[in-house]
Amino acid sequence: MTKTITDVICPFCGTLCDDVEVVVSDDGKQLLEVYNACVIGTEKFLHSQSKDRVTRPRMHQPDGSWKEVSYDEAVEYSAQMLAKAKKPLMFGWSSTNCEAQSVGNEIAEITRACCDNTAATCHGTSLIAIQDIGLPSCTLGEIKNRADRVIFWGCNPAHAHPRHMSRYSIFPRGFFTSKGQMSRKMIVVDPRVTDTAKMADVHLQVEQGKDYELLDALRVAFKGEWLPDVVAGIPKEKIREVADMMKSGRFGIIFFGMGVTQSLGKNHNIDEAIAVTKDLNEYTKFSIMPMRGHYNVTGSGEVFGWQFGFPYSVDLTRGFARYNPGDTSTIDLLIRGEIDAMFTIGSDPGAHFPISAVKQFAHIPSVCVDPHLTPTTGVSKLHVPVAFNGVEVGGNCYRMDNVPIDCRKVVEPPEGMLTDEQFLIKVRDRVRQLKGVA
Amino acid sequence: METVTITMKNLPALYLEADNISPDAFAGKTAAQIGDLHVYEGNETWTLGKYFEVSGNAGATAADTKIIVKGDIKKVKYLGFKMSAGELVVEGSTDQYAGGWMTGGKMLVKGNVDAFAGTAMKGGELTIEGNAGNYLGAAYRGDWRGMKGGKILVKGNAGADIGMYMLGGEMVINGNVDVHVCTHAEGGKVIIKGNAKTKIGGQMVGGDIFVFGTIDVMMPGFKPAGELELEVDGIKAKFAHYIGDTGERHKKKKGQIVYGNLYKKI
Amino acid sequence: MSEYIIKNGNVFDPVQGIKGDKADVAIKDGKIVDKVGSGAKVIDAKGKTVMAGAVEIHAHIAGPKINMGRIYRPEDKLFTCTPTKGIERMGGGASIPTTFKTGYEYAKMGYTTAMEAAMPPLFSRHVHEEIRDTPIIDEGAYPVFGNNWFVLEYLKNQEIENTAAYCAWLLRVTKGYAIKLVNPGGTEAWAWGLNCLSVNDPVPYFDITPAEIIKGLIEANEYLGLPHSMHIHPNNLGNPGCYETTLDTLKLAEGYKAKNKFGREQVMHLTHSQFHSYGGTNWGDFESKAKEITDYVNKNKNITIDTGNVTLDETTTMTADGPFEHHLTGLNNLKWANIDVEVETGSGVVPYIYSPSISVCAIQWAIGLEIALMMKDPMRCYITTDHPNAGPFTRYPRVIKWLMSAKAREAQINAFKHKDKVLSQSSIGTLDREISLYELAQMTRAGPAKSLGLSGMCGGLKPGMDADVAVYNFNPDKPVANPEEIEKAFSRCAHVFKSGVEVITNGEIVSNGNKRTLWVNAKVKDNPQVMRDINEKFLKYYSMTQANYEALGHHFVPNPYALEVDATQV
Repeated sequence: MTKTITDVICPFCGTLCDDVEVVVSDDGKQLLEVYNACVIGTEKFLHSQSKDRVTRPRMHQPDGSWKEVSYDEAVEYSAQMLAKAKKPLMFGWSSTNCEAQSVGNEIAEITRACCDNTAATCHGTSLIAIQDIGLPSCTLGEIKNRADRVIFWGCNPAHAHPRHMSRYSIFPRGFFTSKGQMSRKMIVVDPRVTDTAKMADVHLQVEQGKDYELLDALRVAFKGEWLPDVVAGIPKEKIREVADMMKSGRFGIIFFGMGVTQSLGKNHNIDEAIAVTKDLNEYTKFSIMPMRGHYNVTGSGEVFGWQFGFPYSVDLTRGFARYNPGDTSTIDLLIRGEIDAMFTIGSDPGAHFPISAVKQFAHIPSVCVDPHLTPTTGVSKLHVPVAFNGVEVGGNCYRMDNVPIDCRKVVEPPEGMLTDEQFLIKVRDRVRQLKGVA
Repeated sequence: METVTITMKNLPALYLEADNISPDAFAGKTAAQIGDLHVYEGNETWTLGKYFEVSGNAGATAADTKIIVKGDIKKVKYLGFKMSAGELVVEGSTDQYAGGWMTGGKMLVKGNVDAFAGTAMKGGELTIEGNAGNYLGAAYRGDWRGMKGGKILVKGNAGADIGMYMLGGEMVINGNVDVHVCTHAEGGKVIIKGNAKTKIGGQMVGGDIFVFGTIDVMMPGFKPAGELELEVDGIKAKFAHYIGDTGERHKKKKGQIVYGNLYKKI
Repeated sequence: MSEYIIKNGNVFDPVQGIKGDKADVAIKDGKIVDKVGSGAKVIDAKGKTVMAGAVEIHAHIAGPKINMGRIYRPEDKLFTCTPTKGIERMGGGASIPTTFKTGYEYAKMGYTTAMEAAMPPLFSRHVHEEIRDTPIIDEGAYPVFGNNWFVLEYLKNQEIENTAAYCAWLLRVTKGYAIKLVNPGGTEAWAWGLNCLSVNDPVPYFDITPAEIIKGLIEANEYLGLPHSMHIHPNNLGNPGCYETTLDTLKLAEGYKAKNKFGREQVMHLTHSQFHSYGGTNWGDFESKAKEITDYVNKNKNITIDTGNVTLDETTTMTADGPFEHHLTGLNNLKWANIDVEVETGSGVVPYIYSPSISVCAIQWAIGLEIALMMKDPMRCYITTDHPNAGPFTRYPRVIKWLMSAKAREAQINAFKHKDKVLSQSSIGTLDREISLYELAQMTRAGPAKSLGLSGMCGGLKPGMDADVAVYNFNPDKPVANPEEIEKAFSRCAHVFKSGVEVITNGEIVSNGNKRTLWVNAKVKDNPQVMRDINEKFLKYYSMTQANYEALGHHFVPNPYALEVDATQV
C-alpha cells in the first residue's frame, strides 16, 4: 500500500514550490511518485532512491582510490581539521536547512573560521547592490495578485525556475489580475533569444556587458532627458517606448538573474536596476526581486544575517564578524592562498568555481558534505554523504522573496545515514572538546 | 622625526593583518615595544616581532614618527590603517587596504597595492608608484560616505570601482583604469592620464572626472555640454565637457542644478 | 542553586507600593517568595537600587525587516562588533544588533521581557527563529492586522464575531501575542503606491476607512478579552500637523471599556507617540503638540501610550508603515528597502541621522521627553525609542538620564545649534519635572506589564511573580553629583535574574538563560464561515498553502508560554 503526502516543499530552486505531492510506500522507506513538481524537482525527489547511492563517509587515499570510513571517523577528521586550521573556510549551505546552518555557525565561531554561501558566485553582487541602494520588493503573492508589468532581466525562468511563471509571475489569475496572462505585459531583456524571451511582448536584445548603460538610459528616459541614438544596441525610440510601458502599468516587477549579477559590472548592474525601480515608484508602483538559485541560499543569508550581521562572506577569524567581498569572499580566499582548510556543504564549488580556485583544494585538507558524487567530492579528502534535506529530513528554508517555509521529510534516508544537522552537531561537540570551551 | 625600520624576516604561511603598522600605533614606543604589538595571521594573534625585525624607536607622537617597511610584504594587509599623521614608506608591493581609513600623514608605496587602498580616506597623502587594485579610494560596503579628503596618486594603472561614493579629495592616476569610475560620486576630483574603459561617472551627482586618454563607451546619462580649455594637473589642453548622470535626481545649489562633470581631452 | 536572597537593596516596586524601602527580595525555584532558607546564595544589594526586570513594550528586534536592515547595513557593524567571550556569543550592530547582542544588551540594562512590535504573519517562522536565537529575555510578537484582507472585508460588513474568530485563528497559527495595527488601511493603499493619511480616507478597492478598521479591531479585541489591548501606530506618522490625525485616532476609543481577565484597563495602546505629536504645516514651522496629545490621554483613562524618544543618533528606521518609509527616502535620499506582503501588510527600512544640528531633530528630541514629563500617570506612559526608529534601545540609560535630571536636559538643549528654535517650538524649556525612581519603575516595569496583561507574572516583585530582578549600581540615598552617573548606572546592572536564574553577575553575562516565547491562545466558538474564507484565500490568493502557513513546529518555538483566553461563551 502507499500513502500520499501533500503540501510538500520542493528543495531545489528558489521558487520553493510548496504544493508538491509525493507518494511513498506505507513503511515510509520508498519514494514512488511525485506530482506537481517540474522536471527538475521531480528528479530531485526521485534520485534519492538511486540504488547506487553512497551511504557512508569515504576518505581519499594517496593512490586516488576511496576507502569507506565511519561517521565517527569522519567527525574526528572534520573536527581536527577545523580546530587546527589558522583560517578554515566553511562554504556552501545553500542546499541544507537553517537549523544545520545555525550549528555550522557555532562551529565557525568556535574555530574562528570564515563562512560563506553560494551567493559568492551568484546573487552576492545583488546583496552588495542592496547594501548600497536598498531593495523595493514584495512577496510573490503580490505579483500574482497585482502585477501587470513583468520584466525578466538577465534571467531565463523557463529553464531555471520552471514553475515560476505559472505559480506567480505570468499565468496566475489573482485577486486583481483575473485575466491571468492577459492582464500582464511581459518584457525580457537578454542578449539571447531564450525560451522565456520567445514569450515576451517586448524582447530587448541588449548588447552583452552593457546592461548598466541600458538601465541608465531608462532612467534618463523617465526624466525626459537627452539620449544618444543607440544605447547597448537598443535604439533610443525603443528605450523610450519601454520606459513608457513601465510607467503606464499599475504594478510592475523586475526579476533578474545571472545575466546581470555575474556579467560586466556585476553589483552595479543590480544597483542601477534597483535605481530604475525606485524611480518608477515616483510614477506608479514597482518592485524588484532577485531570482535566487538554490532553494535555501536565501535562508543561509538570513541566518548569517541575524547571527553575525552579514549575509555571506563572513570572516570570524578575529573573534568577531567582518565582511568585505573581495577580501572575505570564498573565491578570492582560495585563489590568493589565504585559507588552510576547506569544509564544503550543500553546494558544488568544484563544478562552479574558476578552476584556479578549485585547484587550491589539492593543497589543503578538505571535507565535502553532500549526498551526491560531485566534482567537489571528487577533489576533497573526505566525502561525507548525508540525508537529502527536504526529502529525507525537514527543516526551515527561505524562498527567493525571503518567505520562510518549513520543508518536510517525506521518506526515510538509507539505513544509518545522518542528516547535515546531526553530523554538524557531532563535529561541534568534538570541536568544543578540542578547543576546551564550554 | 624619528624613524623606525621594520624588515620582514619570517614570511607568514598565510597572510598577515597588520593594522598596527602605522605611525599612530607606533607613537611613543621603543623598538622592543613595537615588536610586542599584535599582528594577526588567520585566527592566531602573534607579535610584530615574530615576523619583522624592528630597529629604531618611534617619535613621541604620530606626527614625529616615520616608518620604513622592507622585505617581502606582498602578503601583508592593512599597512597604514587609520594613520592620522607621520610618514610610512613601504619599500615594495603590498596587499589590501593600504592606507585604509587614513586621515592624515604621508604614505608611499614603492610598488603595487592590491584592492581597497585608501578606503574611506579623509585626509593625508597616499602615493603608489606601481599599480593599484580595485576599489581605490572607495567607500566601505554599504556606506554612502566615501573618500572625503586627502590625495591619492597612482603612477601606474588602477583597477575597477575607483572613487565609489567619493565626496571630496583628489585622485590622480597616471596610467589606465578599469570599469566603473566614481560610481555614485557626490564630489571630489579624479584625473586619469591614461585610458578609461566604460561606465565612467555612473549614478554620479557631483564631482569632476578628467580623462586624458580614450573612453571606450560613454554612459548615456552624460550629455554634451560644450568644449573648453582647461589646465589640469599642470597640463593645458582642450576638453569636451559632459554633465550627468542625468538618470539621477540632482540637487540644486542657488537655483542651479548640480551635476557631475566629465571632461575628456580632445 | 535555586535559592537566592538579594539583601538590603533599595527596592522600588509599584505592584506592592514599595518606594525605596530597604528590603530583601527572596527567590526560589524561579519565583519571588516571602523567604528562603539559610542555604540561599546571598547577593549584597546594599547601596543599590532593586527593581523587577524591565518590560519592553515595543521594539523591532526580530523578523524580516529587522534582518533586511542588518543585511543591507554592513556599515552599521564596521569596527563596532564585540568578540565571543566564554558563553557569550559574538555580537554586532550599532542600530540593528544581531540576535545574540539584542538579548545580552537588554539583559545588561535589566530588561527581562521584550515584545517584537510587528510580525508579518506570512513570515512568522522567521520572527520565531530570531526570537529563539535571542538569549535570556522572554519575548512575544504582535502580528499585524490593520491592512489584512480578511479584516478589511469582515469589518466592511461590520462582522465583529468573524473578525474576532479570524484574529484568534491568526494569533494561534503564528503564536502571536496581540492585535497590532500599523497605518491602518494605508499600507494596503501603498500596495498601489497610495496611502491613507487621515482616519477617513477610504482604502482603495476595499472601501473601508481607517476609523472603521480601528473601531472594529477594538471591538474584536474586547470580544476576545485578550491580555493586551489593540496596539496602534496611527495614520499620518511623522508629518507636520499629524497630531490632528492622532487625536482623531484616540477619540475612536471613547466609550469602550476593557473586558478581560488579565487586569488590563485600557482599550487602546498608542505607540511611539512622539512621532504622532507634530504641529505646524511644514518643516519650517514644525512644532510640538505634545501638550495637546498628553492633555487628551491624561483625561481619557482607557488609553496607554509609549513615548518613542529620539536619542540623537545615526540609526535605522523600519516600520510596517511602508508609504512613510518611501516618503522618508524622498526626504533624505538614503537607501530604501520595501517589503510588501501579500494579503497582509508591508514594511520599509531607511537609515536616518538625528543630528543635533538640525532643528527638526532637536524638536523631535524635545517632544519625546515632553510627553513623558507631561503625562500625569506613569502607569499609563512607558519609555521606548521605538527601537531602532527613534534610536537604538541601548540608549535607554541616556533617556532615563534626561528624564531624571533637568540639568542633563538643559545641557543638551544648550548644545543644540538651533537652541532658540527648540525652545520656541516646544515647551521643553519650561518643564523642570524630574522622574523619580518609583515613577521610572512604573514607566518601565509595572506599567507596561499591566498594559500587556502580564501584571500577575512580571513587572513587579510580589511573591508569586516570576523572579525577574534587576540590581543597579545606583544609590538613591546619595545625591547625584553628575547626571552621567545615572546613564552609567542604568547601562549595566550589577546583577540580573531571569525566571530565578542568575544571568548577570557583577555586570557580566553568566548564563544564556532559557527564554520563553509568550503567545496568546484564544479560543472561540467554531466558525465554519471564517474557516471556509481562510481555505478559499489560500487556494486563490496566497502563494503558500494553508498547511505550510500554519506549520510552526517545536523547533521554532522550543519554550512556549501560552496565555489562555476563553472566548467561547461570548
